[in-house]
Amino acid sequence: MSLFADAFAWLFDAANWAGPNGIPIRTLEHLLYTLVTLVAAGVVGVTLGLYIGHTGKLRGAAVIVTGSLRALPTLGLLFLFALWLGIGLTPVIIVLAILAVPPLLAGTYSGIEAIERSTVDAARAMGMTEWQILAKVEIPLAMPLIVSGLRSAALQVIATATIAAYLPLGGLGRFVFDNLSLRRWDAVIGGAIVVTVLALIVDGLFALLERSVVSRGVRAARSRDGSAAQPARKSVAADAA
Amino acid sequence: MGTARRMAGLGIALTAALALSACGSADTISGSGDESEGGSSTIKVGSAGFAESEIIAEIYAQALEAQGVTVERTMQIGQRDVYISALEDGSIDLIPDYSGNLLQYYDDGADATSSEDVYDALTEAVPDGFEVLDQAEAEDKDSYNVTKEFSEEHGVTSLADLADVDEKLVVGGNPELKERPYGPTGLTDVYGVPADNIGFTPINDSGGPLTVEALANGDVNVADLFTTSPAIAENGFVTLDDPENLILPQNVVPLISSDAATDDVIETLNAVSAELTTEELIDMNARNQGEEKASPATIAKDWLSGTGLV
Repeated sequence: MSLFADAFAWLFDAANWAGPNGIPIRTLEHLLYTLVTLVAAGVVGVTLGLYIGHTGKLRGAAVIVTGSLRALPTLGLLFLFALWLGIGLTPVIIVLAILAVPPLLAGTYSGIEAIERSTVDAARAMGMTEWQILAKVEIPLAMPLIVSGLRSAALQVIATATIAAYLPLGGLGRFVFDNLSLRRWDAVIGGAIVVTVLALIVDGLFALLERSVVSRGVRAARSRDGSAAQPARKSVAADAA
Repeated sequence: MGTARRMAGLGIALTAALALSACGSADTISGSGDESEGGSSTIKVGSAGFAESEIIAEIYAQALEAQGVTVERTMQIGQRDVYISALEDGSIDLIPDYSGNLLQYYDDGADATSSEDVYDALTEAVPDGFEVLDQAEAEDKDSYNVTKEFSEEHGVTSLADLADVDEKLVVGGNPELKERPYGPTGLTDVYGVPADNIGFTPINDSGGPLTVEALANGDVNVADLFTTSPAIAENGFVTLDDPENLILPQNVVPLISSDAATDDVIETLNAVSAELTTEELIDMNARNQGEEKASPATIAKDWLSGTGLV
């Protein structure tokens, strides 16, 4: 237990909150790596996901590829890319993006697939172009699942961005890796606690966002008829049985 | 009905698992029983969590086996904290270690610097119930390396020459090097390199391929590599001399629990240490890490037959 007491003492020591190796700067670096990764992974994952969800093509391939991407060992990949591209930020962003693409991709195409076909058919019957269907019907309705994919991607990236400290970069991993061999457990555990808290806060924020992006139409329908969801759930249960 | 069948299956699986684990513990108990009867010759050999340690441990193991000793292997245990506690609780009896680091582990105030003094201090520092046998000439320690071009351009062959280099020095090494007494602060204190002329780039692969690549492509101009790393010769790096013994000697030395150290065992391991040199360690590491990817067991076997010990 005294290990944790030491870790909290480390956390509340003002000296650890100042300067370029202080907790605030390292946290900002950590968030910056996460943000850059999510943007890069978002461009790839969401775009592909929209294509797959809208057209229904490549779905089998996407399932296989994202499944195998998840199985790749991140640290091994980091070494591989760092040997190839040098010890900068690029290899870190690439390996983190490889972690983040699968949940984003899966969230996006399953979000679109979950839309009732009759809704999409109705939009088409009204004379909407394919782009309009995507932008005005499919994306708004899929938004909660897309954000949910983003949420799980963000959680994984924040937890894993510590590996940036394997290379001469910053982020909260510095506290962990710099002090591990020196057996300064207070800083190792303290750094790990900051990563955990950061992950929980960001996850909470995404949870709120997830709730707020439910399409207005869907929300109106739900509040008009509270029982609307019930039959749907029943039919799912019946399918499973 | 399906549930009942599933429960039955689970029951069978559980019973099997229990039976298996019972066998396991029975073995362990009879194993330790043999030992306490005395005179039995089973030695549990362990190694630290990196290839070189496993190669040396394999050499110990096979040399002992050739003397009729039964050996149990527990390789790649991890870092010193972990394998020393394994030694203390009797999970292993013998492990190769390095004199300077082991001395600092047992006595962090030790001030010995020469190889002999470190070894003498180590024999004193090892706690009761354990001992170190003869140390080998073979040594694997941290060393500062520069590229051949850098060495020629600035006339640098020794750490003492670094103080006169007009270019900013960027040292690459594991993150903890920054805090070690032989790190950048040691270069300043012992060799007079101005502190504001030394930068530090942490690369967390213990002098592995990333550190080597960083030195080769100029991301850093001084790199901390282990003296037994084959990469030094492969890349034509120049290892800087250390006339003031800034870096502690790290001779390979067997650490053994006294109960296991019978005369035969001591004789066998001392004969191994008498033969083992740094160059041979480099060669053996190269076989393990290079194209060949030879296993520690194969490398150990070849070395032992090459020296005529087995």
